[in-house]
Amino acid sequence: MNYNWDWGVFFKSTGIGSEIYLDWFVTGLGWTIAIAVCAWIIALLLGSILGVMRTVPNRWVSGFATAYVELFRNVPLLVQLFIWYFLVPDLLPENLQEWYKQDLNPTTSALISVVVCLGLFTAARVCEQVRTGIQALPRGQEAAARAMGFRLPQVYWNVLLPQAYRIIIPPLTSEFLNVFKNSSVASLIGLMELLAQTKQTAEFSANLFEAFTLATLIYFTLNMSLMLLMRMVEKKVSVPGLISVGGK
Amino acid sequence: MMDFSGIIPSLPGLWNGMLMTLQLMVLGVIGGIVLGTILALCRLSSNKLLSNLAGAYVNYFRSIPLLLVITWFYLAVPFILRWITGEDTPVGAFTSCLIAFMMFEAAYFCEIVRAGVQSISKGQMGAAQALGMNYGQTMRLIILPQAFRKMTPLLLQQSIILFQDTSLVYAVGLVDFLNSARASGDIIGRSNEFLVFAGFVYFVISFSASFLVKRLQKRLTV
Amino acid sequence: MISIKNVNKWYGDFQVLTDCTTEVKKGEVVVVCGPSGSGKSTLIKCVNALEPFQKGDVVVDGTSIADPKTNLPKLRSRVGMVFQHFELFPHLTITENLTIAQIKVLGRSKEEATKKGLQLLERVGLSAHAHKHPGQLSGGQQQRVAIARALAMDPIVMLFDEPTSALDPEMVNEVLDVMVQLAHEGMTMMCVTHEMGFARKVANRVIFMDKGMIIEDCQKEEFFGNTGARHERTQHFLAKILQH
Repeated sequence: MNYNWDWGVFFKSTGIGSEIYLDWFVTGLGWTIAIAVCAWIIALLLGSILGVMRTVPNRWVSGFATAYVELFRNVPLLVQLFIWYFLVPDLLPENLQEWYKQDLNPTTSALISVVVCLGLFTAARVCEQVRTGIQALPRGQEAAARAMGFRLPQVYWNVLLPQAYRIIIPPLTSEFLNVFKNSSVASLIGLMELLAQTKQTAEFSANLFEAFTLATLIYFTLNMSLMLLMRMVEKKVSVPGLISVGGK
Repeated sequence: MMDFSGIIPSLPGLWNGMLMTLQLMVLGVIGGIVLGTILALCRLSSNKLLSNLAGAYVNYFRSIPLLLVITWFYLAVPFILRWITGEDTPVGAFTSCLIAFMMFEAAYFCEIVRAGVQSISKGQMGAAQALGMNYGQTMRLIILPQAFRKMTPLLLQQSIILFQDTSLVYAVGLVDFLNSARASGDIIGRSNEFLVFAGFVYFVISFSASFLVKRLQKRLTV
Repeated sequence: MISIKNVNKWYGDFQVLTDCTTEVKKGEVVVVCGPSGSGKSTLIKCVNALEPFQKGDVVVDGTSIADPKTNLPKLRSRVGMVFQHFELFPHLTITENLTIAQIKVLGRSKEEATKKGLQLLERVGLSAHAHKHPGQLSGGQQQRVAIARALAMDPIVMLFDEPTSALDPEMVNEVLDVMVQLAHEGMTMMCVTHEMGFARKVANRVIFMDKGMIIEDCQKEEFFGNTGARHERTQHFLAKILQH
């Protein structure tokens, strides 16, 4: 059994309809982006709220956020995914359960599970970054804002968060990239995202080296583009003279 | 509702799964650190070619998902071995996963080691050289021992991450802790209970390990 | 023993050393002084090739540093060096600090190296600290250990790069005492230092550097005795440093 190299494989017919293998990759990339972007929105919102909670001078509030972070950081992502996909639907009320398991098409229910899972998983990480950002600010900032009569939510919204976000853009970027990479676990519950399409191509065409090389290139390009995008964001919002964490 | 009593008779099977998980982690960490240290020394070397090659390796593995590496290696390692040895060399999922972990983690360990080496002051290098040590002796006797001491918490944290990530071998059907829990649960129709139990075990181990690492870190910084 | 010939060094476009030429003879003690940024530390580090230079040459005991065939580690093992920030190895005990290079570089046996190390440790008055780690010692004590560490290699010459400038004032003298004793024993020494008292006491020659150039290179008596004949910048520097 010899290996037949064929870099033209991507333009060959898959044998299913009029699709060529490249179409599979495009579809897969679409799913990967959809999962990652939706999960990131959840992660950013929830993570910011949790991050603020961790810095609030109330033991119960910060304790809750800490517990959340510890829980979601210490259970493997795949276990969390299985819990959201297999277990949680079983806990839903009867009628909701029926809708989720029977009325919804399987792709949609898998998509919901993976987005919720990745969103909540990443929120724990975003939370830690937001907290670090807030705590990196000089203590005087909060005092100064309070002295001007701001109430606590206003202090965060107007003074602390705008500064904190700016200094944590580099670590947030790497979390953003992680969401894209982590979205590959969706392939394990049958979502045909990039990795699943790659595997399918490798199995259908027997050109596994070509298939995985292309997948690698796509992930690599995706990574680079996102990094450039975040650099642009960083530049756009940068304020002269503001401290930066880990900046050069 | 939930009935956890089925877990007890399954414990021996789960323990075997856990042994597999621990084996993957320990060997992956050892291989990853060795390879990562070599990569870090290449990255820091004044030889442009070496440092660029190592840099490319790190960038490459850091921009792709671990799951992709595991899947690819599972499919590719038998082919590659056949090209090298010229004959069919059966390798199990264990070997291919282990190679995947070592090579993937090496990229992350490389960055940790590199930062560690760079955190040792230039004067230490100068002092070792002034005593007549060559580059190899300086690194081996003076710089790396100090760097590793400083890096220990980070290396341990990365190992905890790998402990969790070993669960991804589920993708290639290797029976690690998670997979043995899934299998045992399915047999007796209690998959949810086994899933919760697996999550709980992972949590307890990672949480206590991180806690200990944090304490170690505090002791090292004081 | 050491001859520095037309050494030139650039960092990119910036020239840090310009045509530096001088000599240290066997048994001589030469003090190098000058304002900060004058290149004096860079110059002394050129002597054992810790700093590379682009033009000129340094010859130590007949061995040229610019010669690419020279085995630099071997040359360095014969030149003792003491640093501004001590640079003891923090992960090793004092004894290990004293013996590691003897064992690994000179190939001495562990017993021999330890004996030699402890002997020198006693000489700098720190025998009681042999089993401690550097972090447990004061700055002055660390610097004395660093001197002992350099001496353990049986160097033919000792280089001192501002050995007292990182020390608290009350610890300066304990280090200088060791250096004075060393000078009296006939050790060849090149010292970058601001300690003019030390220079007066033991130096044979004094070199004054400014902006990467050797401005003044003369006998101690001439340097301190005949201040009127000194370069304007030297006088300016001495006036500032000797005011108090």
